[in-house]
Amino acid sequence: METKIDSMELVYAKPETLTDTPMHYCPGCGHGVAHKILMEVIDEMGITENTIGVAPVGCSVFAYMYMNVDMQEAAHGRASAAATGIKRVLPDKFVFSYQGDGDLAAIGTAETIHTVNRGENILMVFINNGIYGMTGGQMAPTSLAGMKTSTSPYGRDCATMGTPIKMTELIANLPGAYYVTRQSVHTPAAVRKLKKAIKASFEAQKQKKGTCFIEIVSNCPSGWKMTPLESNDWMEKNMFPYYTPGDIKVPQEMK
Amino acid sequence: MSIQHDESPKLMKGNEALAEAAIRANMQAYFGYPITPQSEILEYLTEQVPKRSKAVVLQAESEVASINMIYGAGGAGARVMTSSSSPGFSLMQEGISYIAAAEIPCLLVNVQRGGPGLGTIQPAQGDYFQATKGGGHGDYHIIVLAPNSVQEMADFVFEGFRLAEEYRMPALILADGAIGQMMEKVYLPKEGSLPFTQHDWATTGKPKSRERNFITSLHMEPDKMESVNLHLQDKYRKLRKEERYELFKVKDADIILVAFGLTARVCTKVMDLANEKGLRVGVVRPITLYPFPSDIIASLATPNRVFLTVEMNSGQMVEDVRLAVNGKSPVYFRGRMGGMIPTPEDILLEVEALAEKHNLIQV
Repeated sequence: METKIDSMELVYAKPETLTDTPMHYCPGCGHGVAHKILMEVIDEMGITENTIGVAPVGCSVFAYMYMNVDMQEAAHGRASAAATGIKRVLPDKFVFSYQGDGDLAAIGTAETIHTVNRGENILMVFINNGIYGMTGGQMAPTSLAGMKTSTSPYGRDCATMGTPIKMTELIANLPGAYYVTRQSVHTPAAVRKLKKAIKASFEAQKQKKGTCFIEIVSNCPSGWKMTPLESNDWMEKNMFPYYTPGDIKVPQEMK
Repeated sequence: MSIQHDESPKLMKGNEALAEAAIRANMQAYFGYPITPQSEILEYLTEQVPKRSKAVVLQAESEVASINMIYGAGGAGARVMTSSSSPGFSLMQEGISYIAAAEIPCLLVNVQRGGPGLGTIQPAQGDYFQATKGGGHGDYHIIVLAPNSVQEMADFVFEGFRLAEEYRMPALILADGAIGQMMEKVYLPKEGSLPFTQHDWATTGKPKSRERNFITSLHMEPDKMESVNLHLQDKYRKLRKEERYELFKVKDADIILVAFGLTARVCTKVMDLANEKGLRVGVVRPITLYPFPSDIIASLATPNRVFLTVEMNSGQMVEDVRLAVNGKSPVYFRGRMGGMIPTPEDILLEVEALAEKHNLIQV
């Protein structure tokens, strides 16, 4: 029987901004989707040649292996400082940092706050899964109250270990923050919303509006010791009440 | 490279001459944080640059942020500089290790003060080990230039950028609080006399015509990590041809003083005083502390000679002098610490005592 391939409709293609390198992420992890969406927007906006990304230390330390744009791999917590350096000498390029919760909200707290406070014209993508995944499941600054991790084996005791930090709300208070939103990647609807947020952020960057900051509440099946489905369920039931998805700061002109 | 200079001199502070030279060297970005005794560099640049150039000058939230901004901007291909003083420079060590590993050219300045800890704001040379032996984690080195005058504070900016860019590694101007703060006559290098080439490895945005560039220091496979290390070590071997030093009357000297930066100025004065007393004293001034001018010191080491190393620390460069001399001559050390500067009279007493001990008194 003759097969007519040319009559088939192309309904999906991997964005050219993703390399063919197999990702090291655990099955069910949100990083892969977040990478893909970010790259898809860059592809669709036609800004691949003008975009420079900064990878952090943490699970996404290898982001530069998967993202087919010029990239730098920064020291732990310093991605936004490196991104500041890049953006300041290449003000007309698009610059983003991609950081986890340990990187952005613990060791890099000073850099995060001051980068946003200066209103650096960059996009900061913040993956919050409440755990240190790469090092094997230790407590993160965003680990929930009572959450059991390898360094809070009896659960996070807020009296001695502090309360889970809401970094996104914190930086939204700074005048330098232009657009601040919290998203997720666990359902097709969530992915579509995230895509819109990323696109809006790059549009704002083009107009030199200030820092755009997107938190992506995500899962960590390995660190949470759950199946991917269980982890998404757990995330909705436990993470979302505390880190509720939705816009946190939207300028009037973007509404 | 021969630097072109202005025909007429200016009277300037060391820190200001360095900052002015950076503007004239077409530095594209400076990131820094205030700390005594080097804050004039940031002050001078924030005042002058907006009036004269398109360079970026940014006061960062910390030295940690500064050095990582250097990583980003340098990795994006710009000619970049930062400066600090000892405690602040310690904070930069992690970033310098990353920069050395990722092979990003940049110019660093450490106007040293006395330590350890918060120490004092007075001049010292206690960061020699940190500067020349790596300073941060892992096997790496950076180029270290030790100025002993305001003129060299300016000239070494040009030299430092040139070396950093040629070898794709950080270059450090290791000065001290006295060189930074004192005023002297200086013939400034001419603006625009330092050529700049675009780097094809920089992250400037990926055109379709090339593969993506990425700046990283991460290599998980041991064989790859070792090959990166071997490449760095090979580069450091090649760098040895850049060794620089100054010699004063060493040919006939019985006693050779070895000193860098400010103490080298003290030692040339000691040499003159000793010569007047009939003692045959010479001076070796290492200008590049890394690569250390070992060969010239080795060639001067003979059994009938005595070396005296003079530093403003507890004895750091003296270890490199001993390695170079390799037991062929006695090597002594005299130092002051905590911001104290040795006086020529102090060192002269030491020289006279050594002359007597080793029977070097000329009749």
